[in-house]
Amino acid sequence: MKVRILVRLKQTVHDPQGEAILQSLHHMNYLDVASVRQGKVFDIELKDVNEAKAKALLDEIARKILANPIIEEYAIEWE
Amino acid sequence: MKIKCVVFPGSNCDHDTEHVFGRVLNQDVELIWHKEEELGQCDLVILPGGFAYGDYLRTGAMARFSPIMKSVERFAKDGGYVFGICNGFQVLCEAGLLPGALMKNACLQFRCMDVYLRVETTRSPLTRYLSQGQVYRVPIAHGDGNYYADPETIQQLIDEDCVLFQYSTPDGLILPEGNPNGSLYNIAGICNKERNVFAMMPHPERASEPEVGNTDGLLILQSLVRSIEEKTQSPRLATTSVA
Repeated sequence: MKVRILVRLKQTVHDPQGEAILQSLHHMNYLDVASVRQGKVFDIELKDVNEAKAKALLDEIARKILANPIIEEYAIEWE
Repeated sequence: MKIKCVVFPGSNCDHDTEHVFGRVLNQDVELIWHKEEELGQCDLVILPGGFAYGDYLRTGAMARFSPIMKSVERFAKDGGYVFGICNGFQVLCEAGLLPGALMKNACLQFRCMDVYLRVETTRSPLTRYLSQGQVYRVPIAHGDGNYYADPETIQQLIDEDCVLFQYSTPDGLILPEGNPNGSLYNIAGICNKERNVFAMMPHPERASEPEVGNTDGLLILQSLVRSIEEKTQSPRLATTSVA
């Protein structure tokens, strides 16, 4: 089973990297870009487990290590 | 006193820390590899500066799951003193032993420079023998020192007198120009509410000998050693005086 976990900064947390990318895009004359927020993507392959077990496992690793719940939120995308 | 300094893969201030506590402050320091599972007997644990696990994922995110960290967490929960410097601060936040998180510097630069720290409270082993409001010049060297916590947590840190150092101007004013990394409330160092776990982003161990041109850091480390020595030796002294 292949899944993707997206981790991004919470909306309330300032993202200086996203802002720097936005600034560069504007310097490159991509003036229609209004904002950029940077995040992380984890492509994960699971051994044969049922969906309920997979969901519990992915929630656990996302909360425990892939995202820091103080500053980040995560979303799981199923293929 | 007996100090254990944890070495993670990627720690790079472990030997500086060992040198200053061992040879300048004459304490018994032992480096302990992160794969060890037991700290053993000691009076202070130090998580040194560096880039544990290459800072992959997030600073401190993987180090906090190193085998030794279970023992460090037990030690802290039993009231043992734990001191994090720079990367050690990041590891302690990831481990939940200190509140908040350290994010990428707001300026996006890796900042390697002297900064000024104002002492906000003397109610911690690290600051007990410093003077409140006094300003110290100490170097920083980090890319992720931007302290963040939600507004309630910041307020709680202030209310519980847990902010140890704030970045300031040389004259001790808390202004944005004194803040090298965007930290909320100019926070440079904090302690937990039990006051036995404390950490700072700047490196006092890099400013502890006249040969390096600055000994302000030594005053901070001397305060720490003196505070802990008094705490750990006082029961024995008390018994002696009664006898």
